[in-house]
Amino acid sequence: MANIISNETIEYVGILAKLELSEDEKEQAKKDMGRMLDHIDKLRELDTEDVEPMSHLFPVNNVFREDVVTNGDTREELLNNAPGEKNGMFMVPRTFE
Amino acid sequence: MDILGMTAVSLGVAIKNKEVTVREAVKAALGRIGEKEKEYHCFVTVDGEGALGKADEVQKRIDEGELTGPLAGVPVAIKDNMCTEGLLTTCASKILGNFIPAFSSEAVRNLQKAGAVILGKTNMDEFAMGSTTETSAFGATKNPWNPAYVPGGSSGGSAAAVAAGECFYALGSDTGGSIRQPASFCGVVGLKPTYGTVSRYGLIAYGSSLDQIGPLCKDVTDCAAVMEVIASHDPKDSTSIERKDLDFTCALVDDVKGMRIGIPRDYFGEGLAGEVKKAVLTATKVLEDKGAIVGEFDLSLVEYAVPAYYTIAAAEASSNLERFDGIKYGYRAKDYKGLHDMYKKTRSEGFGAEVKRRIMLGSFVLSSGYYDAYYLKALKVKALIKKAFDQAFSDYDVILGPVAPTTAPKLGESLADPIKMYLGDIYTISANLAGLPGISIPCGLDKKGLPIGLQLIGDCFNEKKLIRTAYAYEQARGVFGRKDGRQDGKTV
Repeated sequence: MANIISNETIEYVGILAKLELSEDEKEQAKKDMGRMLDHIDKLRELDTEDVEPMSHLFPVNNVFREDVVTNGDTREELLNNAPGEKNGMFMVPRTFE
Repeated sequence: MDILGMTAVSLGVAIKNKEVTVREAVKAALGRIGEKEKEYHCFVTVDGEGALGKADEVQKRIDEGELTGPLAGVPVAIKDNMCTEGLLTTCASKILGNFIPAFSSEAVRNLQKAGAVILGKTNMDEFAMGSTTETSAFGATKNPWNPAYVPGGSSGGSAAAVAAGECFYALGSDTGGSIRQPASFCGVVGLKPTYGTVSRYGLIAYGSSLDQIGPLCKDVTDCAAVMEVIASHDPKDSTSIERKDLDFTCALVDDVKGMRIGIPRDYFGEGLAGEVKKAVLTATKVLEDKGAIVGEFDLSLVEYAVPAYYTIAAAEASSNLERFDGIKYGYRAKDYKGLHDMYKKTRSEGFGAEVKRRIMLGSFVLSSGYYDAYYLKALKVKALIKKAFDQAFSDYDVILGPVAPTTAPKLGESLADPIKMYLGDIYTISANLAGLPGISIPCGLDKKGLPIGLQLIGDCFNEKKLIRTAYAYEQARGVFGRKDGRQDGKTV
């Protein structure tokens, strides 16, 4: 029942998670994830065939509001937090060649 | 006058009666911070100047009769995962190490409207992921009862700050026990409200279906008073609930006659430290002597709560933490080749080990081919756990048990074995999965002199039953702390 996590799986999950792990971190991640999945596999002992998955505890509805601007101009404050800023905009690395 | 010895509500009364000024209260807390902070490290940011400025402004509004609430002028500390306008908010992570929010979280705004003065932002496990406050990127917090031990987590800075007298109360957040467990380890009272009672707007998300903000206080009365201020219906949080029963202080009644208290046998089995068990059962006897009807029952499914919880929490975390991409705020890697490399390097350098571990696990359980087997399965088990609690609450008003299997572990002993650390959450996480309110209240000390916590769990929207039961217990127990010289852990 022990989960063996392959190098391919760790590479794939790294892509999904947008994380670049060092070789040591990858080895550790394989061990950690395998152990954790072994632990989670305990859930298989329960028969949940006829159970509805529960995402929300209480009935939830969409919350609608009029499309009216209520906040002031916070451009400067927001851009102050940006690691890269140019001409009042977020600066990002070149996306298209 | 011993300002630091006062509870939040008693300080509020003293301020109202002009026995203490707001500035004096803030100075007293800052003085204690100055003395103790080097040793305990409860705060990521102390905003002394801002607090003193605010003190005078609040004092004026109190004097003019504009602020009349019980917490007006009382200094508070805020966990560093709640946005505070203009004040550094880091989530104890390198990736948000320089983030200054342009707005405040709704819970903080509610406090400010009531005249609270914010002293600073408290330390926590990075992104609230951890049970010891050791995963903070800015160093661990120490337990004021004994600095060789952890304060618990993830709201460890808030719990320790209240215990050390560095603030009069604090806000924390609880995703799997992160208010109740540190409250237990630090000998303070912590309450996790029913899901949806306090707005999550401006709370930096970890597990959105589980996260809930609540108070950490010196006593139950303070907890009820803070709850009345922070609980509100907020259209900005789509899971916020409109409740009409927010008069929590009405439940401060010293009477538990006829209160049906259920003791889940599954919470007292293997793994529970003997001293914790003894203290919790002694407290139960106190409530029984006051007229509560105590019965034992089998809750069932307890051993499935940890695996279900960590699947759901990791899945939600992996999604919520996608926003940290090095573009709009926070840290950005220095060297990279193109956009995707920048994302990856930024996140890999910005997040700590525990956060990466949970993002990886969450990404896996949500990935194509594994979604049904892991994530959906966990949501089904969550439904079963909720049903088990519904069944229990048809027989009992309140469920009583320990908060954690042991008292606080020593610093440096927990992070090496994550699963063992996760299992320490076994008694607290079910309340998050089922959305239930829970309170942790000190009920004794172990041989090492570390506090033991008693947990009460109520059905959804039944905070008042918890407050009433906890208050009645507290009245019988008497003052908790080292001041009265009681070191033996006995309840009075």
